[in-house]
Amino acid sequence: MSNEAVFQAPAAAGTHHDVHGDHHGEHHHHETFITKYVFSQDHKMIAKQFLITGMVWAVLGGLMSVLFRLQLGYPDASFPWLQDLLGKWWADGGKITPQAYYALVTTHGTVLVFFVLTAGLSGTFANFLIPLQVGARDMASPFMNMLSYWFFFAASVIMLSSIFVENGPFSGGWTAYPPLSALGDASPGSKTGMDLWLVSMALFVVSSLLGGLNYIATVLNMRTKGMSMTRLPLTIWALFFTAVLGVLSFPVLFSGFILLIFDRNFGTSFYLSDIFVNGVGALPNEGGSAILYQHLFWFLGHPEVYIILLPAMGMVSEILSVNSRKPIFGYMAMIGSLFAIAILAFLVWAHHMFVTGLNPFLGSIFVLLTLLIAVPSAIKVFNWITTLWRGNIRFTPGMLFAIGFVSLFISGGLTGIWLGNSALDIHLHDTYFVIAHFHIVMGVASMFGMFAGIYHWFPKMYGRYLNNNLGYIHFWITIAGAYMIFWPMHYEGLAGMPRRYYDYSVWESFKQFAELNRFISTVAMIVFAVQILFLINFFYSIFKGRKVTTQNPWGANTLEWTTPIRPGHGNWVGEIPEVYRWAYDYGKDGKEFIPQTKPIGDDESHH
Amino acid sequence: MTEQQRIHPHKFTLWVAMGSIVMMFAGLTSAYIVKKNQSSWLEFELPTVFWYSTFVILLSSVTIHLAGKSFKTREMGRYRNLITITAALGVLFMILQVLGFQNLEARNIALTGAKSNSAASFLLVITGLHMLHVLGGVIAILVIFIRAYAGRVKQYSSMPIELVSTYWHFVDILWIYLFIFYNWIG
Repeated sequence: MSNEAVFQAPAAAGTHHDVHGDHHGEHHHHETFITKYVFSQDHKMIAKQFLITGMVWAVLGGLMSVLFRLQLGYPDASFPWLQDLLGKWWADGGKITPQAYYALVTTHGTVLVFFVLTAGLSGTFANFLIPLQVGARDMASPFMNMLSYWFFFAASVIMLSSIFVENGPFSGGWTAYPPLSALGDASPGSKTGMDLWLVSMALFVVSSLLGGLNYIATVLNMRTKGMSMTRLPLTIWALFFTAVLGVLSFPVLFSGFILLIFDRNFGTSFYLSDIFVNGVGALPNEGGSAILYQHLFWFLGHPEVYIILLPAMGMVSEILSVNSRKPIFGYMAMIGSLFAIAILAFLVWAHHMFVTGLNPFLGSIFVLLTLLIAVPSAIKVFNWITTLWRGNIRFTPGMLFAIGFVSLFISGGLTGIWLGNSALDIHLHDTYFVIAHFHIVMGVASMFGMFAGIYHWFPKMYGRYLNNNLGYIHFWITIAGAYMIFWPMHYEGLAGMPRRYYDYSVWESFKQFAELNRFISTVAMIVFAVQILFLINFFYSIFKGRKVTTQNPWGANTLEWTTPIRPGHGNWVGEIPEVYRWAYDYGKDGKEFIPQTKPIGDDESHH
Repeated sequence: MTEQQRIHPHKFTLWVAMGSIVMMFAGLTSAYIVKKNQSSWLEFELPTVFWYSTFVILLSSVTIHLAGKSFKTREMGRYRNLITITAALGVLFMILQVLGFQNLEARNIALTGAKSNSAASFLLVITGLHMLHVLGGVIAILVIFIRAYAGRVKQYSSMPIELVSTYWHFVDILWIYLFIFYNWIG
C-alpha cells in the first residue's frame, strides 16, 4: 500500500500534485483540452507526446538521409525540382550543395541519436511502461515529467529553427568537435546554426535529466505491494539502467558544452590553440586542447549508445518471452548483463579516440575493456535465442521486430569486436565500416526495438490494434532493406572509403563503388517510403483501428494488462493490484500464463 | 516494509539529482586536471576573499539546520528569521565570489577574452556554475519563505524545508570540495 500512502497523504507530501493524487483512481477527472492533451501530467499522455514528436523527427531525419544519399548515389545527376522545393542554398541547380550536404549529415546524426532514439525511444517507453508495469498511479513527480517533455519540445523547436537560418544549420558533424564548432569563422554552419544547436542540446540535456530522475525515483520508490526488484519485468530493469546512465553521463556532456560556449562567445582557450583561419588570420588563442572536448564528449557519447540500446533490449526481452509463451531464459543473468553493460559503458569512451594520439598503453586498456562488453552482450543474445528455443512462437509484427532486433544486434555486435581492437580501428577509423557498424547495432537495431514496442503496446496506448498486414510488409521490407543498405558499406569501409566525403566519384580508389552507392541510395529511398506506410498505419489505427475487446490481448503477465482497456489518469480503477510472482510464469504447471497478480497456489511448483 | 522506512520520492529524486550535479563538477574538475598537466598553465594565488566566502557558506549551513529544527518545534518566528538569514548569507556568498573574480581581473589575470589563460577561465566557469547552484538554493528558500507567509492553508509538512536544507548542505559541501581542489589538489 506504499503507493497509496504516498499519494493519499498530503500532510506528508505537501506539494500540489500529491494532494491532487487524492482524486486518482475511480473518481472522475475534470480535464480541459489543454490539461488533457497539451500540458498533461498523465504519464501515458506524456509518453504519446514523446512518441509523436519523435516520429516527426524520425521523418525529418530520415528525409535528410534520403537527400544526402541522393548526392552519394547520383553525384552527377541534378534534380531541378529539388531547387524549387528546397531553395538555392540547399540544392543549387538541383544538386545538393557541399554546404547543405554537411548540414544534412550533421543534423541527421544529431536528430536521430538524441531526438529520435533517446527522447523518442526511452522518453516514450519509460514514461508509458514504468508506472504501468511497477504498479504506480503515475511518476514520482508528474510535474517534472511534464517539464521534461516541454524542455524536449523547446529543444526541438530551436533545432528545427536552425534549419531555416541564413547560413544553415550546424555542419561540423554530430559530435561537434572544436575548433570547427568553436569558431564562427570556420564554416558557414558554425555561425548562428551552431549557436542554435548548442542551445537546443542544452535544453535537451535538461529534459533528459528531468526525465531520468523521475524514472529512477519511480522504479525504486513507487512499486506496488509485492513488486520486489527481482519481480520486475526486464523492460523496467533496462529502462532503470538507461536512466542511471543518462543521469550520470549527460551532466558531463553539459560541462563540455559550457566550456565550448565560453570558447565560442567569451574568447577563452579551453579547446583552442595555434589556429589559423583562412580569411581571418592567426587567432590569439593559446594552450587549449581540442582533445579535451573529445574526452568530455565521449564520456557521454559512449554511455549514450547504451542509453539508446538498453530500452530496446528490455522491450525485446519482454516481447520475446510473451510471444514465445515461455519464461525468459536466465532472468537474473539478463539483469546481471544489463548491469555489466551499464558499468562498462563508462569505461570505454576512449575507443572512439584511438587515432587522437592516445598513449598506446592506455589504448590497450581501453581495447580490453571494450572487448569485455562482448561478454554481457553474448549472454543476452544467448538468452534471447534460448527463450525462442522450442517456444510456441506467435509471429505478431511486434514479435518479428523483436527477432529482427536480435538479428541486427548480432550482426552489428560482431563488427564491434573488430572495431574495438585499436590495431584494426586505426585502419577502419572514420570509414564506412564504422558507419555500417553503428547504424546496424545501434541505429537500426534500436529502431527495431522501438517498432517492436509500438506494435506490442499500441493496444494499451490507444485501445486499438495496428493493421497486421501492413505491419508484416513494414517488417520484411525494413529488415531486408536495412541489411542491403548497411551490409555493402562494410566492404566500402574495408577498402578505406572515408565517411563524410561529398563526392567519391572524383577518387580513383572509390570509383569502383559508384554502382554500389547507387544501389544503397535506391534501397534507402524504398525503406524510407515503407516507414511512411507505417506512419499511415499508426495514425489511421489510432482512430479507425480494430478495437481491443479484452483486457489482456497478448495473454501477458505484466501489470499494465490488468488496467482497463482505456485506462484513465491513475491507471487502475480502485486499488492498485498486489503482485505475488515474477513476470514470466508462462507455460508453468500446464497453464499458458499466470499473471503477476495471481497468488501462488498451494499445489504450485517452485521455479 | 513499513511506511517509515521508505524514503519520500521527492527526497530520493533530490539525492539522484545531487549525484547528477556531482558528475558535472567531476567532469569539469577532471578536465581541469588534464589541462593543468599540459603546456602553458598559469599558476596564480587564489583571491583571499574565497576564505571569507567559505566561512559564510559554512555559517549558512548552520542557520538552515537551525531553521529546520525550529520548524519542527513550530517556532515559526524563529524559523522565518533563520531562513531569511540563510538566504541573505547565500546572496553574500555570491557577492564575495564576484569580488574574488574582480580581484583576479585587478591583478591582470584575465578570466575571459583573448588574453585569458584557461587556468583562470576554469576558475570562472566552475565557480560560476557553483554560484548558479547557490542561486537556485536561494530561490528555493524564497519559495518556501513566501509559502510560510502567504499560504491560506497552514503548512505542517516539514518536507519542503528538509529538501531545501539537504540541497543547501550539498552546495556547501560542493564548495568545500572545490575550495580544497583549487588550493591543494588541482
